[in-house]
Formats: sequence, C-alpha cells, structure tokens
Amino acid sequence: MIRIENLTKVYTTPDGRQIRALDGVSLHVRRGEIFGVIGPSGAGKSSLIRCINLLERPTSGSIQVDGKEMTRLSGPELRRERRQIGMIFQHFNLFWSRTVAENVAFPLEIAGWPREKIRRRVAELLELVGLTDKAKAYPAQLSGGQKQRVGIARALAAEPKVLLSDEATSALDPETTDQILALLRRINRELGLTILLITHQMEVVKAICDSVAVMSQGRVLEAGPVLELASRPGSHLGRMLLPSWNGLTPSPGSSLVALTFAGQVALEPVVTRVARDHGMDINILAGELDAFGSVPVGRLLVELPRVGEELQAVLADLSARGVRWEVVARG
Amino acid sequence: MAEQTILGLDPSRIPDILTATWETLLMVGWAVLGILAFGIPLGVLLVVTDTGGILENRPLNRVLGFVVNLGRSFPFIILLVALVPVTRRVMGTTIGLRGAVFPLIVAAIPFMGRQVESALREVDRGLIEAALAMGATPGQVIVRVLLREALPGLIRGTTIMIISLIGYSAMAGAVGGGGLGDLAIRYGYMRFETPVMIATLIILVIMVQLIQWLGDWLARLLDRR
Ligand SMILES: Nc1ncnc2c1ncn2[C@@H]1O[C@H](COP(=O)(O)OP(=O)(O)OP(=O)(O)O)[C@@H](O)[C@H]1O
Ligand SMILES: [Mg+2]
Repeated sequence: MIRIENLTKVYTTPDGRQIRALDGVSLHVRRGEIFGVIGPSGAGKSSLIRCINLLERPTSGSIQVDGKEMTRLSGPELRRERRQIGMIFQHFNLFWSRTVAENVAFPLEIAGWPREKIRRRVAELLELVGLTDKAKAYPAQLSGGQKQRVGIARALAAEPKVLLSDEATSALDPETTDQILALLRRINRELGLTILLITHQMEVVKAICDSVAVMSQGRVLEAGPVLELASRPGSHLGRMLLPSWNGLTPSPGSSLVALTFAGQVALEPVVTRVARDHGMDINILAGELDAFGSVPVGRLLVELPRVGEELQAVLADLSARGVRWEVVARG
Repeated sequence: MAEQTILGLDPSRIPDILTATWETLLMVGWAVLGILAFGIPLGVLLVVTDTGGILENRPLNRVLGFVVNLGRSFPFIILLVALVPVTRRVMGTTIGLRGAVFPLIVAAIPFMGRQVESALREVDRGLIEAALAMGATPGQVIVRVLLREALPGLIRGTTIMIISLIGYSAMAGAVGGGGLGDLAIRYGYMRFETPVMIATLIILVIMVQLIQWLGDWLARLLDRR
C-alpha cells in the first residue's frame, strides 16, 4: 500500500547547515496492516511520515501510495491524493473555532460534499468514535482522549485508504493511550484501513502493530513482522524488549542463552521438558512474559550447564520445539 | 441668551455638535470599511508569502514589508498634506467626508496589515498542516483556517485600529472640514468656546469606551479556546 524507496530528506537550516534527517529509507507497508515506525527522538520518524503526504518535500527517493508516485503529482493531483490519506497528530490539531461536528465535517466541506451528505457522514463517524453526545462541544471542552477521537473521526471522514499517525498517543496518559490504540485496532479490523504510525513508545508497537521498522539517525535499522523481529536473535527490537543482562558471565562449563518463545509455545513448560530430557538443571537468570497484540511472547535468560557439541544438541532440541535462541556468552 | 446654558454650553451649539458627531461616525465608518478591505488581504499576504508560508514568496514578502514600514513611518499629519493631490484625483475633492476618508484609509492600511498579520501568526501551524494534509487549497486554508481561527484576534486588532482612527479622523476633519475635530478647532480653539471643546472630548471618550467594550465583548464571545 505504501512503498518507500531510498528516501532522503535533507533540511537546510537558516544558518546554512545541512541536516540529513532521512538517509536512504526504504519501507513497504502492506495493505490492511498496522505498521509501526519506532526510534529515538531525532531519528527522522516525523520527517518520514510527513514526506508520505508531502507535507515535507523529499530531497530524493520515491514514495508510492496505492501505486501512485506521490513525488511526481501536480498541485491539484496531490490535493486529491491527500484526501485519500488521513492523518492524526500528537497535539490533535483540532480547529478551536469549530465544534466537534464541524471539525469532522471539515475535510468533507473542502472536498465539496453536499450539506445533507456531510451531516449523515459526520453522525456516522461520531457514532464510530463514541462522541455522538459531544457533537456540539468545542475542542477546548474535551479531554485529551476525546480530542484524539475527534482527530481520528476527522481523519476518517473522507474514507481514506491509509491513516498516518504521528505520535498520536504520546500526549495521553496510559489509560487513554490504551483506549485510542484499541480504537485504531478496531478501525483497522473493521474498515480494513492500512495504518502507518510512528511512535517512540514500545507499548504502542507491542499493543497493535503487525509490522515494525526500527529507525535511528535517519536510517531503518531493521523492519519486518513484529513477532518475527522481536524473536530474531540479535535484533534491535528484541534488545529493546529484553530485560538487560549486561555483565552476567556464565560459570565454567556453562553457557548463557537467551530464549524467545512466541505464540502458543510461550505458555508451555518447554524449559522443564528440555531440562528433563537432557538430564540437566537449567538456571533461569532473568525473564519476562509479554504480549504482542494478543500473541504471548516469553523471554528467558538461562544458564545451561553445557558447552561445545553438548550445547549444540540442546539448542537443536530447543529449535525443534519452536524456541528461538541466542547464545549470549560461553563459559 | 448667554445665561441659558447647560453647564456653560450654549444650547444653540447642540445641533452643530450632533452634526459633527454624525460626521465623525460616517468618516470612521467608511474608513473602517476601506481599511478592512485592503488591510486584511495585506495582512494575509504578509503571512502566507513569508518563509515557510503556504504561498512562500520571499521577494514579494520583502517588498510588502518594506512598503508597510514606509507607510507606517510617515507622521499622519504629513501624509495628510502630501496626499492632497492624490485625494483630489481619486475622490474628486479634498474637503468634507470624501476628502477626509481617503487619507485616513491610506494611512491606516499598513497599520491594519500589521494587526492582521500578528493575529494570523497566532494560528497554530499544526492547524494549517492538518488542513493541507486533508487536501485543502491555499485559498481554503486562508479563509477556513487562518482567518476563521484568528477571528478573535482580528476583532481585537480592528478595535485598536478603530480607536486610533477616531483620533486621526479629528485631524483629517480639521484639515478637510467636518467632524468633531473640526468643530473643536473652530469653536474651542479659534473662538475660545471651551464648553464646546469639552463637549466634543466627552463624546470622543464615550465613543472610544463603547468601541473598546464592544470589541472586547465580541472577541471574547468568539474565542473558543
Ligand atoms: N524543519 C526542519 N528544519 C531543520 N531540521 C529539521 C526540521 N525538521 C526536523 N529536523 C531535524 O531532522 C532530524 C529528524 O527530525 P524528526 O522530527 O523527523 O525526528 P523524530 O524521529 O520525529 O523525533 P521526535 O521523536 O523527537 O519527534 C532532527 O535532527 C531534527 O532536528
Ligand atoms: Mg517526531
């Protein structure tokens, strides 16, 4: 649905310095998925998302949304295309002088919809986001979560094929964040809407993303389905998720191994079975059980009293049981 | 005759005072319409052509900025005299209401342009971006976002403009003839009829107070933030 190829964005500051915010970014967002872009502050996430609807003009590279090359559109073509791309913002960007209903009506008004059709569509959207009773309120009278729901309704008004979200939950408290994420998930499922969201909050990726790209300093370090990436040995995402275990050293004759259990296997007593089968004790040093969407993911750091070929045998057995492993240190 | 006064004011002056008040209202009213008609587009241009504006145009922005500053640096009384030939050409006369309104408009357009500019700059960039992201044209952004969201600020700016205009209209009237300024000079200054002078002052004070009150009330009513 969105295909980004070798995108670069260089800003020139007023004093003439050049800032390379995006440095050869390539991404592919599939139709109907929720794709997250995560990375530290200054990584270039906002620049990336703003290039997609050309709020920021890319320095070079290609951006295709639903097969259309965005960078080559004329002014009117771009405006028509933007109507198909909804966007929500960290600070909501609601029009203060307009009521909730008037905010939601805005994209339809500028697209020239007839009054009666707008009225019906707005009612439908307010119903969808659960704000029917706030139709006549002004944004200043709403809570943060309500404001973002108005933002979402407004972004969905013109029936876009893609929703872009720039830190949509970063200004909200955890509880409200969960509500907004649940709403986005529901919209994604019910309307089949493709969502590209950027965030610096791991919880957002965990909660709703199907795929994720990890960005740093203008580059994509890695990208792929969240579960696969999280359990891929040595992945940045995996490292961000894991409890840190720097400085631990195994006793002689043992190895430190990080295990990742994704899906059903996370709920099974794999470790005790392997221990029994190989006639050894497994020492658990650290661990956590997490959930990605509704998929449970377990992570353990264990000490196996094995090295060399004996270790290989245990690891092969773990692989066979669907556990992904990474040897962290050998004694 | 002289003893029949109202706090020292000769009642036979009252029709003159009322006429002059009406003239001032007309002068200010017409001038306000003219000033808004040119000042709002000017302010909009100053904002949208600036760096990072939705119709960025640095050369035009520089030229406009320069002209506005130039206009604002002329003392009004000098502009008033300097404009006499232009006023005659455009309005056909340099005296009376028509003669006085023209220089008032010319003098206040740059001022109003800056008032509009500063009101529009108060509109959060995020709102403009949101509108652009929804596919709004520059014209739609200007009318439906910039001007609309800035309305309370525009009203405050207009209030300030009208109040300064009342003062200037006294000067314009004194030169061209007509209005409270003219009256105050003719009776109060030239004939030493201090009560007439005081009466015009009281009327001016009431006008300013009323306009300030009305402007504040309207701006507050429309401010939804
Ligand atoms: N308009 C601009 N002019 C100059 N530099 C900019 C501009 N916008 C962003 N940058 C720079 O580009 C880099 C990437 O910024 P960007 O906003 O894309 O990062 P981000 O990942 O969204 O960060 P955050 O999480 O803090 O929002 C930063 O170094 C930033 O200072
Ligand atoms: Mg950002």
